[in-house]
Amino acid sequence: MQHVKKQSFMKSIFLGVLFTSCSLNFAQAQVKIAYIDPLSGSFANVGDAGLKHFKEAVEVNVNQKGGVNGQMMEVIGIDNKASPQETLVALKNATDQGIRYVTQGNGSGAAAALIDGVNKWNARNPDKTVLYLNYAAVDPTLTNEKCSFWHFRFDSHVGMKIEAITNYIKTQASIKKVFILGQNYAHGRQVSEYSKNMLKAKRPDIEIVGDDLHPLGSVKDFSPYISKIKASGADTVITGNWGNDMALLIKAAKDAGLKAKFFTFYAGGLDAPTAMGAAGEGKVIQVIEWQRNQTGSTLEKYAEDFGKKYPTIDFYYARINTTIDMLALAMKNAKSNDPKDVALALENMSFKSGYGDVFMRKSDHQLVQPLHLSVFSKAGQPGVKYDVEKTGYGFKNIADMSMKDSDQPNTCVMERP
Amino acid sequence: MEFLLTTIWNGLSYGLLLFMLSSGLTLIFSMMGVLNFAHASFYMLGAYFAYQISNWIGFWPALIIAPICVGILGSLIEKYALRRAHKYGHVAELLFTFGLTFLIEESVHLIWGRSAVDYRIPALLDFSLFNVFDTSYPAYKGFMMLVSIGMLLALYLFITKTRIGLIIQAALSKPEMVEALGHNVPMTFSLVFGGGVALAALAGVIGGNAFITEPGMAAAVGSIVFVVVVVGGLGSLIGAFIASLLIGFLQTVFVSLPTTFFDLGHFLGLPIIQSSGLGKLTLTELVPLLPYLLMVGILVFRPKGIMGTRES
Repeated sequence: MQHVKKQSFMKSIFLGVLFTSCSLNFAQAQVKIAYIDPLSGSFANVGDAGLKHFKEAVEVNVNQKGGVNGQMMEVIGIDNKASPQETLVALKNATDQGIRYVTQGNGSGAAAALIDGVNKWNARNPDKTVLYLNYAAVDPTLTNEKCSFWHFRFDSHVGMKIEAITNYIKTQASIKKVFILGQNYAHGRQVSEYSKNMLKAKRPDIEIVGDDLHPLGSVKDFSPYISKIKASGADTVITGNWGNDMALLIKAAKDAGLKAKFFTFYAGGLDAPTAMGAAGEGKVIQVIEWQRNQTGSTLEKYAEDFGKKYPTIDFYYARINTTIDMLALAMKNAKSNDPKDVALALENMSFKSGYGDVFMRKSDHQLVQPLHLSVFSKAGQPGVKYDVEKTGYGFKNIADMSMKDSDQPNTCVMERP
Repeated sequence: MEFLLTTIWNGLSYGLLLFMLSSGLTLIFSMMGVLNFAHASFYMLGAYFAYQISNWIGFWPALIIAPICVGILGSLIEKYALRRAHKYGHVAELLFTFGLTFLIEESVHLIWGRSAVDYRIPALLDFSLFNVFDTSYPAYKGFMMLVSIGMLLALYLFITKTRIGLIIQAALSKPEMVEALGHNVPMTFSLVFGGGVALAALAGVIGGNAFITEPGMAAAVGSIVFVVVVVGGLGSLIGAFIASLLIGFLQTVFVSLPTTFFDLGHFLGLPIIQSSGLGKLTLTELVPLLPYLLMVGILVFRPKGIMGTRES
């Protein structure tokens, strides 16, 4: 008897799963975007936040306005477990479902694999082409050596971010000794390479007192690195660290009483502020296209609504809105939802985003946009109206870098269909 | 001089943290012969429990209550699940604890979400203990080190000097005899397993706010605790202590060295080309490799570990 009960219980679970997956498949949406990023494992929190950003942007900016060319948009999350190999499996999964748009952002290795996969797929299936919208993978080679007609990047790459940082450092006479610390993989190496070259050109008097790489995501205690930075006499640290590597570094710096300033890419969101807390005050500077206390931002209301809908995460990826908005506009302009027409319409598109004018360059499919530097400060003071992640600290704008001040030449030789 | 002092302090504090993480694992292995893959998951549970409890009633009660809760949970798991797997041998046990890691991780996702939680150091301990030259030494680290050393002493005294400790030891080698003398052996094992995971949880309570409490924290320490236990000698408490300090110091010293392989080759008279990949590699970049190198070396030259007594 008990055995029978168990079986029927399993059956009902199975049926339940079947039903929910069916109802997803038969939803009304016609333009589907596959979101290929880690949704499990140690970077799951980052991937999960990005997915929610996409869902919200599609819902509010496209579907509530009646869709685009008579079709609704839908974002479908596919887990790539942060691995390039799994990314290709996810792409296969997407193309099997007939999905024509993919987006990905975490990890340049996965991004490179995806560009490659999309190129191959499109060569073999010219009637079912796929377009890759990159919202966060910042390896410069993706729009240089590896550039592709089927790839568009909506985030500034490492070279552009370092350009902005070093343009600011150029104006700060008090900065004399710089230490570069990064995660030991392509990203950390690129940050180091670009920083050294640009500092040499812009401020030859600055001494690079250290240049170190640490293992990705496995350092518990950064104290030895901090004591090395301290011993080097550095007054400034440049780091491309993200996730826990970012937060733990700042925590260790605070514990040891290190007074150096940190120039970072990713201190602004996805748990880094929570982990830093008071440790980062006045010390941590981020370079990003948008933060909530920026002047000229039209995303205030959006950020507030987002916070109400998803109380556990902050609105952070303003560029995801730009990605979706520009995609919808390109579809409208092209009067077609076909990836090839949309790609052509995206080229050379100027757009007024929530954080100012941006421009999608035709030659390398890289978005050119202004960048801003802001410092982690106590919320409530002038210029810091909003805090981040309910920490009581927010970011205060200290410098604006125009499109020109954050741009980089490219060497892209694009194969056009 | 300042550099030397900080390096010693950092090595010591990291080593003691490692010991705190691995003592429960080695305890469970030495007493029950179970290699608990889920050990780091209990460490994570300790951190999350402490976060929750300290939100309700503060850090200090959490310091006591969280490990006890996790300990009770561990005992129940031993009693109702692990004991059944035990009948089918070591592989079944290993697989069971391995499965447990996923179960715990997903539960944490469900209850607390995928993001980090804001678990902070208590204000009482958030000051710098002392300043040497220009470097400050945080009080919380001192507290961590004290707890770690306290753990070693308490465990050692508990096992060798108390009645329960003696029964546990006896139950390990002669369970039938101990049972015949009227002691409840299965309950003893439950107690040991619960105690072992409670130690992991205590490390979580203290490490969770010093570092970051997030669902990936178990995976981040999962492999290093095994290295400590293997290097120290499976089941040896003192061995684990020595291995922890050794790894802590080795890593800290290697991070601090600015030497590249070219310099090293130059010093040893080896022809390494400066511009080659190897020549540019710094010793700092070797740090993540060190514990594993050490483990492989130990397994080759002294398979039972530094203080181990078992050959298998």
